[in-house]
Amino acid sequence: MAKEESNREIVIPGEIVVSGEDYLPGEGTEKKGKDIVAMRYGLAEEVNKLVKIIPLSGVYQPRRGNVVIGRVENLTFNGWVIDIGTAENAFLPLTEVPRYVNKNELDEVMDIGDLSVVKIWNINKRGIDLSIKSRGLGRIDEGMIIKVNPNKVPRIIGKEGSMINLIKDNTGCNITVGQNGYVWVNGDSVEKELFAKKAITFVTEKSFVSGLTEKVEEWFKKEKGDKK
Amino acid sequence: MAQIKRPDGRKFEEARPMKAKVGIVPNANGSAMFSFGDTIAIAAVYGPKKMHPQHSQNPEKGTLRCNYNMISFSVNDRIRPGTSRRSTEISKVTEWALEPVVMIDNFPSMVIDVHIQILQANASTRCAGINAAAMALAHAGIPMRDLVSSVSVGKLDKTLVVDVNKYEEDWEDGEGATDIAMSFSSNNDELNHIQLDGHITSKELKEAVKMGREATKKIYELQKKALKNVGEEIEG
Amino acid sequence: MNETSNLTGERIKKYLSEGKRFDGRALDEFRNLEIETGISKNAEGSARVKLGNTEVLVGIKMDASTPYPDSPDKGNLMVTAELTPLSSPRFELGPPKFPAIEVGRIIDRVIRESKFIELKKLCIKEGEKVWTVFIDIYSINDDGNLLDAAGIGAVAALRNAKIPKYDEKTEKVVYGESSGKAVPLKKELPLSITAHKIENNWIIDPTRQEEDISQARVAIGQASGIISSMQKGDNGPITIKEFDEVLDLIEKTYNSLSSSIEKILK
Repeated sequence: MAKEESNREIVIPGEIVVSGEDYLPGEGTEKKGKDIVAMRYGLAEEVNKLVKIIPLSGVYQPRRGNVVIGRVENLTFNGWVIDIGTAENAFLPLTEVPRYVNKNELDEVMDIGDLSVVKIWNINKRGIDLSIKSRGLGRIDEGMIIKVNPNKVPRIIGKEGSMINLIKDNTGCNITVGQNGYVWVNGDSVEKELFAKKAITFVTEKSFVSGLTEKVEEWFKKEKGDKK
Repeated sequence: MAQIKRPDGRKFEEARPMKAKVGIVPNANGSAMFSFGDTIAIAAVYGPKKMHPQHSQNPEKGTLRCNYNMISFSVNDRIRPGTSRRSTEISKVTEWALEPVVMIDNFPSMVIDVHIQILQANASTRCAGINAAAMALAHAGIPMRDLVSSVSVGKLDKTLVVDVNKYEEDWEDGEGATDIAMSFSSNNDELNHIQLDGHITSKELKEAVKMGREATKKIYELQKKALKNVGEEIEG
Repeated sequence: MNETSNLTGERIKKYLSEGKRFDGRALDEFRNLEIETGISKNAEGSARVKLGNTEVLVGIKMDASTPYPDSPDKGNLMVTAELTPLSSPRFELGPPKFPAIEVGRIIDRVIRESKFIELKKLCIKEGEKVWTVFIDIYSINDDGNLLDAAGIGAVAALRNAKIPKYDEKTEKVVYGESSGKAVPLKKELPLSITAHKIENNWIIDPTRQEEDISQARVAIGQASGIISSMQKGDNGPITIKEFDEVLDLIEKTYNSLSSSIEKILK
């Protein structure tokens, strides 16, 4: 049976999550007669009779508006083909760059192998379209990239950024979390970046514990105390 | 009619002690181990991902690609590394056992790779492989209608038994050994896969399928518990 | 995004120039090592090795066969490695490609040239029957340095291996029954230790990311100060000075690795 938001239970494909006429099948579920049956592995969540599955695993599912981190795979005559960890490659057209780019200087803006923070502005049958027009987007010049399970990203960011801000403040690093599970950490020293990496790893390992923010605060106090 | 005694003393409907564990290959999207007694199988799932070469892509639905392999020292007589006709057939049969539950229409032009390695063999290897693969697919977050649970049922002379081991596979008394491998959609009475070799009447076969279905219920409980406790070895 | 990006590569190099690595190790430090032996019921010897997140399975099988004409009283050795697609999205199905062939051949040389296995003691009947030792290596998860992990697995599995019973009358091996004798081995462990060059630094036991950006590598098989095999791999050149450095580094590392392994195998 699905419990309330604060007490969610892991369900497996084919398992009956809840039974009852007035329950509605949300994402990852199907209604079979009176039963809401899970169609994938994850946490069952019921809010106002809508039952959905929050995935614990699985490859990144791209969504419009997502900010992700990708790697330039190829240059075409009018843009960059970027791998964002999905089966389909995504495309960043010249027109979605905030300044004029000459067709001959594409590789000076971004070359094969470069990483960039990009935004998904459209998904259709042809593929995924990207943009770097807003603030905070564009090529990554310095820093390190950590790969995490994309399903844990909401926890790393926290409610209204509370978790990621806690980590930034305690480590003195700039951190951009891509919805596709790639996290960019940029600090002014190796120690700070490794500390941020350690903190992020801690959050992903404990992601389904309740009161995680307090636990992370405690963890930081202890880690910093040990350093003295 | 004299009832046979199983060499290891098991009851007729009793499977060997089983173990299941989910999350054993960090690189994979999903992975699991399943064992029937000394038969141990591991499975790792990669995907969904773009299918190469392009001409193999199916624009209408995705592809489930299974590969079954026995490692060289899984048996007493060393197996030369490489594929065999037997492993190719079992790979295909494994695909057929799993495809009915995988919502493959969700992934046009993509492929989900399932790799199964048999680490140790004491009969019923394809069944252990299918059980591990089903858990690995779920662990990988693949949309699925159900899990798949697989078991072997044997007929030793005239007696039906659950979960055949190597000794029983070679039974020679009376009508000898009949070995039936079968896989079910765990929550339905749907038979996804069945193969047999031996000597059996259709009445006995119907009985065997019923027996197998019963046995897979316990297997399913193990698979479910392993998925709900990733990283822990579950015994049953 | 399976390949390591330029950015991560640059960061790895920056850290190395400060003597640091992503996982906090020193440049000449091995990751956490776990070894389990006797994990396979049907193998004559076996081991599972975990080096950080890299995991390999090694099995020893033995068979009675005819000796080679030029060594009528010596047993045979055959080492095979499979880099399984199960262990990494980078490995494909099919016959072994170069990386798997290289692992097999290098570990073969490490074991063979060090004379770790006393092949003369594996003679059943001179000129007619000798034991062949098969060492089969399987990757279970690749996070770099499969080669050294395979080498550790090979020696651990050999230490664990017992010669099966041989029936003189039928001239067949009776698998499942032991002769009671262990495979005859020398005392010192021959180990493969690989050093990778990243810019001006040599590192030991690279993770997959570190392997991706290394320019050259040197793998040395040695036992207690005697080098029995060596392979320089990849296409980056090394100076003679760098070569001298790496010889010293690997010799120094042998002692700590060897004692770690001996401690675990007790």
